Amino acid sequence: MNILLSQSSGESIYLQIVRQIRASILQGELAPGTPLPSIRQLAKDLQISVITTKRAYNELEQEGLIDSVVGKGSFVSGGSQEFIREQRLKMLEDKIREVLEECRSIPLSTEELVEWIKLLEKEGDSK
Amino acid sequence: MSNAIEVTGVSKTYKNYKLSDVTFGVPKGYITGLIGPNGAGKSTIIKMIMGMVQPDKGSISVLGNVLSPHSGDYKEEIGYVSDENIFYDCITMGRMKQIIAPFYSRWDEDAYTKYMTLFELPERKKIKDCSKGMKMKFSIAMALSYHPSLLIMDEPTAGLDPVFRRELLDLLSEYIMDEEKSILFSTHLTTDLDRVADYITFLNKGNLVLSDTKDDVLERYLLVKGASSLLDADVRKELVGVRETAVGFEGLARERKKAMELFGDRVLYQQPTLEEIMYFTSKGGNQHA
Repeated sequence: MNILLSQSSGESIYLQIVRQIRASILQGELAPGTPLPSIRQLAKDLQISVITTKRAYNELEQEGLIDSVVGKGSFVSGGSQEFIREQRLKMLEDKIREVLEECRSIPLSTEELVEWIKLLEKEGDSK
Repeated sequence: MSNAIEVTGVSKTYKNYKLSDVTFGVPKGYITGLIGPNGAGKSTIIKMIMGMVQPDKGSISVLGNVLSPHSGDYKEEIGYVSDENIFYDCITMGRMKQIIAPFYSRWDEDAYTKYMTLFELPERKKIKDCSKGMKMKFSIAMALSYHPSLLIMDEPTAGLDPVFRRELLDLLSEYIMDEEKSILFSTHLTTDLDRVADYITFLNKGNLVLSDTKDDVLERYLLVKGASSLLDADVRKELVGVRETAVGFEGLARERKKAMELFGDRVLYQQPTLEEIMYFTSKGGNQHA
C-alpha cells in the first residue's frame, strides 16, 4: 500500500489518508485481515501528527473498512465481498450524482447522457 | 488523558513585559508545539517549567510534581535542549559528556555513541569551535542519551540545516512511539516542526491565544481574500486580522462556517497555515493603528 500526501492540495491530510487507504481496500489491493501499520508508525513514516493519523483510522473504522483491536493494532475488516461491492456501488452512485448535476448545469438531457455513455462504451470495445 | 506538564494560571510581570494568566497542558504521549512571535513569552514559560524562573502567580506541575524552588529530582526525567549554548566552551564534547553523564542514573553510553555517530559529531572537537548547528545537535544527543520521559526544546531548529531538521522529525516521532514519552518544543518558525505536532499552544504578547489539537486549530480558521469594498464593520468583526492593500484585502476568519455564510462566493478561500494564523493574530491588535 502506498500513501502519498500533498501538503499543498487543500484537501486535509487526514482525508487524503482515508481516501487512499479506502481505495486500496475497495480495489482489493489490501485483503481482509491484512494488518495496517500502527498509528504511530504511520505518523512517523508520513512525518505527520499522531492525532491526524488516529483520526483517519477512526474514520475508516466507522466506515466499517478496518477493525482495531486493542494491543494488536488495526486490520482490514473481514467484511464479505458483498459488503465491499455495496461500498463500491455507493461510491459509484456519488459519482453519478455528480455527473447528473453537471448535466443539469450545461444543460444535457439524461437521454443524451445515456447515448453518450453507450457511445463511449463502444469506443472502448473497439480499442 | 493525563498531562506531562500542567501550567495553571501562571502570571509574571517584568519591567517591560507581562505574562498574563497562562493555562495549558502538554498531553502525555504526544508532541506539543509552543508557537508565537518573538516576545510572546515562549522562553519564559519554558524557563518556568525548568524551574529557572519563578512565576508571580499560578502553579506548574511536571510529571506529577508541583514545582517549588526546592524541587529538582524531576529534572532527571527531562531532556532539555536550549537555544543558547549551555555547555562549557573551552572543553571538548567528549569531556563535557564525562562531566554530565554521572548526574543521570539512566545514562546510556551506547545511545550516546549512536547519536554522536548519527549526527556526525567529533567527540574531540572543542565546543567553542563547533558551529551553532553542531552545538544544537550535541545538545539533542545529550538530552536523548539518558532516555528522559519528557523532552523540552526551546527553539531547537535554530541553526539547523533543512536536512537535519527533517531527520529530527523522524527522531521525535520515534521517541514518542511508546506512547509514554512527551515532547514540548517552542518555535517561531512553524513550517517544519509543526508537521509532526499533535497539539499547538499559541502565545502572543504574554497571552494565551489558543491551545488545542493542531487539526482543530487549522480547521477552525479560514483565510479569506477579496475586494476591499466588502470590508465593513460587520465583516471586520469576523476577521482576526486584516491586511489591506490597493488591490484587495486578505483576512483571517475566526470561524470557518460563519465566514462562508457571510461571504458566499464573493471571495477566495484558502486553508491558512499556522504561520498565517500567527501573522494575522499578532497583527490583529494593531489593525486600527
